[in-house]
Amino acid sequence: MRESTIMKIHYGTALAAVALVAVHILMRLTMGFAESLEYETVLANYKFIPYAVMLELILILLSIHGFNGLRVILLELKQGQAYEKAVSYGCLAAMFGLIAYGSRTIIMTNMGMT
Amino acid sequence: MAQVSHIADEQGSTSISSSKSITLRIARYNPEHDDSSQFMEFTIPYERWTTVLEAILEVKKHFDHSVAVRYSCRQATCGSCGMIINGKPRLACFTKISELNSNVVTVEPMNNFPIIRDLAVKFERLFDTHHKIKPYLIRDDTELESNEKEFLQSPEEVEQYIQFANCIKCGLCNSACPTMATDSSFVGPQALAQAYRYVADSRDKGKDSRLKIIDESHGIWRCHFAGSCSQVCPKGVDPAMGIQFLRGYLLGFRS
Amino acid sequence: MTQDEHKEGIKGMANPSRYGIERVAYWLMRLSGLGLLAYFVAHIYETSNILRGQVGWDEFLELTQTTEGHLFLAIVIAMCVFHTVNGIRVMLGHGGVGVGKPARPDYPYDPASQNYRHKIGIYSAIVLAAIAMMYGLAVMFGE
Repeated sequence: MRESTIMKIHYGTALAAVALVAVHILMRLTMGFAESLEYETVLANYKFIPYAVMLELILILLSIHGFNGLRVILLELKQGQAYEKAVSYGCLAAMFGLIAYGSRTIIMTNMGMT
Repeated sequence: MAQVSHIADEQGSTSISSSKSITLRIARYNPEHDDSSQFMEFTIPYERWTTVLEAILEVKKHFDHSVAVRYSCRQATCGSCGMIINGKPRLACFTKISELNSNVVTVEPMNNFPIIRDLAVKFERLFDTHHKIKPYLIRDDTELESNEKEFLQSPEEVEQYIQFANCIKCGLCNSACPTMATDSSFVGPQALAQAYRYVADSRDKGKDSRLKIIDESHGIWRCHFAGSCSQVCPKGVDPAMGIQFLRGYLLGFRS
Repeated sequence: MTQDEHKEGIKGMANPSRYGIERVAYWLMRLSGLGLLAYFVAHIYETSNILRGQVGWDEFLELTQTTEGHLFLAIVIAMCVFHTVNGIRVMLGHGGVGVGKPARPDYPYDPASQNYRHKIGIYSAIVLAAIAMMYGLAVMFGE
């Protein structure tokens, strides 16, 4: 993939994540911070499909943006073919790993498997 | 290795005579036999108009002729005497001691360039990256084949790139760049600004090939718009501006 | 850093003192990005405790809902706001917005790209981050 395509994705995920994270935070604040963290409230959030979809989207967007940002920082710190390959594939693996782990929480909670 | 010398001892042959003086600290390093650089100190008199280069040449003339420094025009045109002066990359011939407002002037070789000796650094990488972005007009036709003898441009078209044509390849921008501090593969602000200089030239048709060259993992995207390159440019080139415009083409904001 | 290449290294990259507020913003952007990624990974792990049922969730919540936890979250809020606001500024700059127009430079060559618009953007990001952090502290400790 060309670097310009990767960076367009980087910017796009950032803008989309800002909008969705804002909604996520507003949801915490509108119902009172401590109350919003209670088990029943959180469970209800996960079971509400539009909210669960939004959480999944935030998870994907931030994982892509965050691990690409990490890749950029690591590529700038040190150079070398083997190192750069390890960084790129390592970040990609970490990204997929985190998405898989977070999705497991969202899907299982949504399906009532707690 | 630190040594304090007084030019007053040789007043008979000195060309700078003033009641004001500064301590000039020069970084000395010879990669052939030194493990690290050391500073030598000299007390140098100066006038309001004395430049750092003149002070260094004073040291060479009266104290230690082995100090290695590259210079030529003494008027900020050749781009040879770039160095770190009191922590910032500057041209020694374009920096007056009186402007520095300090009793101690420390000169070191430019960062992010391999050292040849003392204050002289290697420019091979800068010239390589400069050459890589094809710093010349690219066209299918040529002046020789064309019926017209010149490629005409309006003053507005000239304005688009003339600022970037001021680059003297002194390397100060590459020395100040935070990405170049750790990334030795980064193409650098000097080459990127020159890529924009040709892309913005209405006579040039090589935009796509140049954008392709800089659109790689150590290309234009490793610039984070810190702007240090523009702050140290002694010719007002403003590489940061050129780089953002160049990136605008890749993001589709410019055509 | 080898003397061979004479690269300034991380110390030079990180040193914000010589080149003004733009270089401070560059450094803060990087730090906040790394901090937010670390928080994001921790947050994904934290929320996965919901799968352990009410007891597991309450146990973990007790660990994080402390004074230290609230202070840490306040810093996360500040990092998030700074990274967002400064990120939008940088993105606009990357598109060529607000970086000035090419023109014949006149001595003393003030670079047009380092203009007040971007400086205001950076200071705004810092101020908004501080306000958001204080608001976050008020919400968390006010309850």
